[in-house]
Amino acid sequence: MKALRFATRSIGRELRSGEVVVLLAAVILAVAALTAVGFLTDRIGKAVERQANEVLAADLRLRSQEPIPDAWRDLAADYELRTADTASFPTVVFAGDDSVLTSLLAVTADYPLRGTVRVSDALFSEQREVDGIPEPGEVWADSALLARVGADVGDTLSVGESELRVAAVLTYRPDQSIGFASLAPTLLMNADDLEATALIGVGSRVRYALLIAGEEDAVSEFNDAIEDQLPESLRLSSAEESSERAYAAADRAKRFLSLTAVISLLLSAVAISMSARRFAQRRMDTVALMKSLGATQGFVISVATAQLIVLGIIGVAAGSVVGFAAEEVLSWILADIIRGDLPDPGPMPVILASGSALVLLVGFALPSLIQLRNTPPLRVLRHDVMPPAPSRILVGGLSLAAVAALLYRSVGDPTMLVIVLGGIVLIAAALYLVGRALVAAMGRFRSGVGVAWRYGLANVARRGRASAVQVVAFGLGLTVLLLLTLVRTDLLDGWRQTLDQDAPNHFLINIQRSETDSVTKVFESRGVAAPVYAPLVRARMTLINGESVKDRKYPAEDAEWFVNREQNLSWARELSSSNELLEGEWWPPDYEGPPLVSIEEEVAIETGLGIGDVLQFEIAGQLLDAEIASVRRINWDSFMPNFFLVLSPGALDNYPATFIASMRVEDDEKAALVDLVREHPTISVIDLDSILQQVRGIIEKASMAVQAVFFFTLAAGIAVLFAAVQSTIDERRFESAMLRALGARKSVVFAGVMAEFAALGAAAGILASAGASILAAVLATQLFDLPYAFNPLLWVAGVAAGLVVVCASGYFAARSAINSAPVDVLRGAAA
Amino acid sequence: MSSHSDDAAVLAAHNIGKKVSSPEGSLTILSDVSFSIAPGESVAVVGPSGAGKSTLLALLAGLDLPSQGYVILNGANLGELDEDGRALVRADSVGFVFQSFHLVPSLNALENVMLPLELAGRDDAREAARAIIEQVGLKERWSHYPSQLSGGEKQRVAIARAFATEPAVLFADEPTGNLDARTGETIMALMFELNRRSSTTLVLVTHDNSLAGRCDRVLSLDAGKLVSDTVAAA
Repeated sequence: MKALRFATRSIGRELRSGEVVVLLAAVILAVAALTAVGFLTDRIGKAVERQANEVLAADLRLRSQEPIPDAWRDLAADYELRTADTASFPTVVFAGDDSVLTSLLAVTADYPLRGTVRVSDALFSEQREVDGIPEPGEVWADSALLARVGADVGDTLSVGESELRVAAVLTYRPDQSIGFASLAPTLLMNADDLEATALIGVGSRVRYALLIAGEEDAVSEFNDAIEDQLPESLRLSSAEESSERAYAAADRAKRFLSLTAVISLLLSAVAISMSARRFAQRRMDTVALMKSLGATQGFVISVATAQLIVLGIIGVAAGSVVGFAAEEVLSWILADIIRGDLPDPGPMPVILASGSALVLLVGFALPSLIQLRNTPPLRVLRHDVMPPAPSRILVGGLSLAAVAALLYRSVGDPTMLVIVLGGIVLIAAALYLVGRALVAAMGRFRSGVGVAWRYGLANVARRGRASAVQVVAFGLGLTVLLLLTLVRTDLLDGWRQTLDQDAPNHFLINIQRSETDSVTKVFESRGVAAPVYAPLVRARMTLINGESVKDRKYPAEDAEWFVNREQNLSWARELSSSNELLEGEWWPPDYEGPPLVSIEEEVAIETGLGIGDVLQFEIAGQLLDAEIASVRRINWDSFMPNFFLVLSPGALDNYPATFIASMRVEDDEKAALVDLVREHPTISVIDLDSILQQVRGIIEKASMAVQAVFFFTLAAGIAVLFAAVQSTIDERRFESAMLRALGARKSVVFAGVMAEFAALGAAAGILASAGASILAAVLATQLFDLPYAFNPLLWVAGVAAGLVVVCASGYFAARSAINSAPVDVLRGAAA
Repeated sequence: MSSHSDDAAVLAAHNIGKKVSSPEGSLTILSDVSFSIAPGESVAVVGPSGAGKSTLLALLAGLDLPSQGYVILNGANLGELDEDGRALVRADSVGFVFQSFHLVPSLNALENVMLPLELAGRDDAREAARAIIEQVGLKERWSHYPSQLSGGEKQRVAIARAFATEPAVLFADEPTGNLDARTGETIMALMFELNRRSSTTLVLVTHDNSLAGRCDRVLSLDAGKLVSDTVAAA
């Protein structure tokens, strides 16, 4: 109690005297930066998720072969969720005598719940977004459908017993990439017209879906509530299952965002730790004095802890105000990106950031305080007596625990946590060792240089451990800044390149073997590059290692659905460039042995299948056994045709195969597609542009967030470097005064200080470049599945940044020390 | 050698010595020093630089522990106490005046004087500090920070701080070492005056012989040994 009273009283005095400004600034900056970054990553993360959810046209989708009972709609309404209904089935549509197999999609008023439908007013003319669905009596038809029956907008189509007018050309619907099984072109109609068509009856293959969307929390509560009580006939799907591509992109975007959050957290940690060190050092004399006047260790530590807590509270309060302002400004600037029904900026990011800053403060300042407690009172008589250094295990353990806990909370991704934290610890250790070696080497070189350098280098060498700690602080600050630069440029570029402008944007499906030549001709005659064909054989999986797939137990629930569905098998001589072999071996190109199969990673995990397991397929009444020879990872971003199951050459030769192809068709070449569907009415064209756009949108949003975060973190980084210099300022002040008292000119003292900083900056720059390159390479390959090329410019930038930033913050920090009159400083020493 | 018996002593050193390890091996700074000081006595410790005066002071005040022997301060054997125990003895019975003043830069004059009173848990810290700061002649300057005070004024604050808790023993380490002769003279006059008024025991480390001459007793150290213990002629 006494300590608390004393602490609060003295903190007021210290605030007035400006003693604690650096620590306070570090806390305020940490809270503000973490708030801004937390807010941004949360918002943009949600926007990205929304975008990925567009492929469902909803947040969740309940599917069934039967009409979905109202109970589910009511339940969704209880959670304040919006719903819409769809019913889809294949049917033949007539325009006069021409007919075409169509995938009919009847929707209710609120469709789609996520994303928008786009139409054009004539075939292949400019498209526009529409709000709403076709009026009763009207339909919106896919261009391929119209092309095949030779109809256009304004014509009438016979759908079952109804005559419906084509009001527009359907160019895009958010959920069009769902269900590659429905290969036929879409006809979108109002659900109110469905009954009149008389198409729904016994034996019709209608698939019903209930679309559900709403506030994120409500959706996930609803999801949790119904998951266990779903009847057999109902299946729940989320965006994750429905589009590997969009989801993979969203997932990667979130990792980028997490990484930037991690980086700002680390910078805050370094800033707080540096300023806490100074906080403790500045208190050493006072503590020695208080002890000589009779203060106990317990009292001393209580006072220091209480002061730290009071400082933390003041810093957090001030930081929250800044953070709130930052939230408002950011949401105003990024209004376009984070619009929609996302909640307004709330207190949550500020609360989380404040909590994080306090945890950092405790984790990083406590060791220094404990050291403070051991300050010998003898220091009042002999100023060179220092407390024993705090246990490194204690320091390392406490601060690591604090950072790890926070990182895990903000990232929740153990791989990233291990990479980043392990990397940082290794880099810090390397920085410390090299720092010490460098310091020793500098001491030896100093006889060969001018007086300024000799003084500067002597300083570095004399401070030994402290200099090495400074190298670590500078170096870590620089490492994370360089890493962020790399993320911002190289990693994001690498990601963008996986989706280069030449990425295929159309799939052609259902091509017969006999048609491939003429399809090629259609494109070549119009100067469009011919597609690359991949064979596709429809099959059902019957046995796994001789056991029925229906009886077998699987590690994941989704596996049951996978093994029971119709399989698309393909075969290949070479491993696709968009695939990566994880286990086993790929067969040689001239392989002619018994059938082998390569399976996709997720499938392998969910089904528990591995190398050596034998799968039996039923293909058109015949049976085929194939042994699993390898497991592959598929890069879904590549937009190449990819298959969960790929067989060895020759395995599928005796079975009926169709071909699928992916190709790039520019806007001005689309007429070739119309010709294609006219000449080959059975071939379906799937437009991937929409989903490509979604993925590009996700990448752009992620980049934008990383850019914005970059500037916040940059500010925090500079604060770190400044704090590192500040922590030695008192000593410097005294030294420079002493040197000048001994007759050194200001310029010489100044050059000496600069020489010291230059040496430290260069050392830190080199190490930081090395650390950041390695860390970025590991992150790129292990976490983001992106290729990484070492960037020599980074080394130049790293060393230059080390020199410039360290010297500049050194200049500003040391200027006042050097400019103050020596007599004041020397007299001040005897306070 | 002592002119008083141990029982009555407020401070006694029994065969104390201090060795430190150095690159050249063990170094003896102080060896086999014994004496005792009666309440109210003023004692000067003199000797050339490096004689071990400051080390002796540190040992007597329990700021450091001897390598051999023991110190009894106001009835407590300092060697038997841990650091906190020694701190409590100091809080109870010791005041300090240092050569380099050791004022807390973030506290003003009054707050510096309040510091030991607050540490001792005195509720009337402010009033008591005000009273003593008036006695040292700084009534008008109580709100000034150390950086705004002259050397003499800083030492007045330090003296006020030392006497504020009415300690049994006041240790002064070269209190005039950082002051010019005239200011030093005024400061010492003030210190002896307060000492007389509060009948505090004074242990004064100095190499100023005229200053030492004003004390009741002079202990001379040379090369870590007590070479003479002289009682001034009354």
